[in-house]
Parts: sequence; C-alpha cells; structure tokens
Amino acid sequence: MSRRLALAGLTAAGVLCLSVVASNQATRVPGAQYDSDFPNEKPGPAPRRDLSGIWEPARGPGDAIQATGAKAMPDSGRPEHQLPFTPEGLKANLANKPAWGPRAVASALSNDPQPTCEPQGWPRLILHNYRTAQIAQTPKQMLFLYQFNRKWRNIWTDGRANPKVDDFLEPRWWGYSVGRWQDDYTFVAETVGMDERTWLDNVGRPHSWEARVEERYVRRDAVHIDVTITIDDPTFYSKPWVALDKLALRLQPDTFDIREMECSPSEFARYQKEFAEPAAGVGGQR
Amino acid sequence: MKHAATAFITTLVILAGSGSTIAHHGAATFDTGKELTMQGTVTEWVWSNPHCFLKFDVMEKDGTVRGWTVETSNPPDMVNRGWSRRSFKGGEKVTVVVEPVKSGNPVGRLLTVTFGDGKVLSTRG
Repeated sequence: MSRRLALAGLTAAGVLCLSVVASNQATRVPGAQYDSDFPNEKPGPAPRRDLSGIWEPARGPGDAIQATGAKAMPDSGRPEHQLPFTPEGLKANLANKPAWGPRAVASALSNDPQPTCEPQGWPRLILHNYRTAQIAQTPKQMLFLYQFNRKWRNIWTDGRANPKVDDFLEPRWWGYSVGRWQDDYTFVAETVGMDERTWLDNVGRPHSWEARVEERYVRRDAVHIDVTITIDDPTFYSKPWVALDKLALRLQPDTFDIREMECSPSEFARYQKEFAEPAAGVGGQR
Repeated sequence: MKHAATAFITTLVILAGSGSTIAHHGAATFDTGKELTMQGTVTEWVWSNPHCFLKFDVMEKDGTVRGWTVETSNPPDMVNRGWSRRSFKGGEKVTVVVEPVKSGNPVGRLLTVTFGDGKVLSTRG
C-alpha cells in the first residue's frame, strides 16, 4: 500500500514536473531568439573583448526567473543547498520574511522590500529576475540596462580600484563596481559597498556591509555569454558560495526592442489592498 | 505508509509552488490543489504590476452577488502567454477556474478563463 502510494506520488510529481517544463517551454518573449530555435547551430567564434548587445536567457525567459532563491542555490531544503551561514548571518536570514520558499509567509505579511518598489539593488535584481538585458561598452565603463524594473548599473573598467569598505563609505543600493578583462573572452567584475537593506535573492538571503560580489562573464562563442555570480561575505557566510553558475545568455538581433517592466507604487498599493490583504485574511478592505 | 503519504503531499506542495515561477510571491496563501469553477460577469481587468487581476461578479444560489478578485502574473509574462490588456470587456460573461485562497475570502489565482465563443485563455502557457 505504501509502495503504491509512493508510486502514485511519484507519478503525480512527474506529471507536475512535465507541466512545469511544458509551461516554461511554451512561453517566450515575442520576437526573441532561443537556443531551441537553432537545433543544428554551430556558432561562430567569440569576438575579442566584447559583451555588447542585447541578451536573453538562452533556454527561454523562465530560465533565470529565480522565485525560490538564487538559481545555483535555491532554498529547496536539500542539504546541498544549505548555505554556510555564520551565527550572525543566520540571525539576519531569519529576520527576513520572504513570500517564497520553505519559509514563505503570505505576501501581505512579508517584509520583502522588492514588491513595494524599494530598490532591489545588486545582485538581487539578477538573482531574482534575470530577464532581457542590454550591455553597452564604452572605453571606460561597461553599462548594463535591465528590463526587470527598468534598472541600470555601471562597472568601471578604467583601471580604478573599488573604494575601501569602511564606516565612511556611502552605501549604495547598487554598490561600487570595477571590472577587467581577465583574458580576451572573460570579463570579471567585483562589487562592494551594497546597502545592507537589500536582499541577495527572492527568499531573503541577507548580506552584510562586508559583502563582495564577483560576476564573471565568459564569451563562449558568437552568440553566447555564460554568467557566474559568487558571493563572498565572511561576516554572514563562512565561505564564498556560487549563486549563479554559468547561466547561458543568448545574443538577440540588434533590432530587438526590450519591453518595459516597471514597478509602480500605486499599482502595488491597489494590488495589496484588493488582492494580497484579503488573500491573507488581513486588512478587511473589500 | 504515513511517511509515504507525507512525502507525497510535501512533493505536491513543493511542485505546485515551483510551478508558479512567474509570480512575485509563493503559494503560502493559496488552497493548493483546490479548484473552483464559476460563471461570472467581468467587472474589471486590471493590467498592472506586480500582478494583473480580474474582478468579476458571481450570482450565488441565494440570489446575492459576490465579487471575486483573482490574480494572474505580470503584464510581460501575460503577453508571453497570449493575453493582453484588452483581453476582457466589462459585462462579459465568462467561465473561470480559480485556485482559491485559504482565508475564505473571494480571492484566488486565476487558472483558466473560457469565453462565450469557446476561446480559452490559460495562465499556464
């Protein structure tokens, strides 16, 4: 009986898994190109020292929407996804009340700053919703324009060093970023000085003032970049951990128009009043 | 057997939550797996972030009218699924399948809508 029940569970789980996969495959950004559109593709060689262009998750728009936490380390409850929290980090993590993951509360009861249009900051933006993004290079900067919440950031490439992280440094939602080409096809950047009010991901992983975020872009070929994000925060985590592991982005035609996705406080307030609060059984405004 | 049942239910809950990867919040408020099918009259289709939502009236058995509010995903993801800000007209008769919330209030997650001409819109792809 127990074996039969387990089998039924596995079957149901399989059906649900397939429906999730099918759902992700079925959706696409109109006009975008994905790897599945080019089954026999043999991409040309990577251009030298060039990340410029409009980029979309290569496996489809859902591939980098990380509702349950950073893609390489989701809050799954599985041992391999347990983060190496320090006692201070664990305390900070428990203070965050996410609306997703095993610790999820009703969205009306969450203290997630993101839905209310508070700045998501770096690296939460791409560890939550890595949607279409444009990269532009100037002689001294790498500029990133993100669809999600219509944000932008810059990485200095003029040889300067990042500022010293101390009590006098002004916190920034998006931190201070510098980067360099490690070789002709690998660009590495480091960001420091991120405001501690921001979360690292959608399930409330925190970061301290001492956090450093490394982003690594490998131009694999003519149409792909692989992105890796590593969190190094010895105050909250006993060792560095990889949050995004070689996420594949695909180059889009240079005529591809990035769609708008903006956070509106008034739209959120209405959603909260008419949906989220009644959903949670609080507020009573109906 | 108790363990198998627990594992089964846990698996379903986790998968149901992971399926909604486009939402800005999880499934904590929803009565996961429960579905209600209702005939309703559209009162408003709100095209906004973080979620679009449909408002419609349902005639109860006792003749009273109950207003429902059911959410979908955000505008760009709804466009990806073939929806638009003009998907509904006020006063339109529709059949709506909803995953309700646990609180008992007339709110929930919209799963499918069937229009009078038989056209179906789904939030699942």
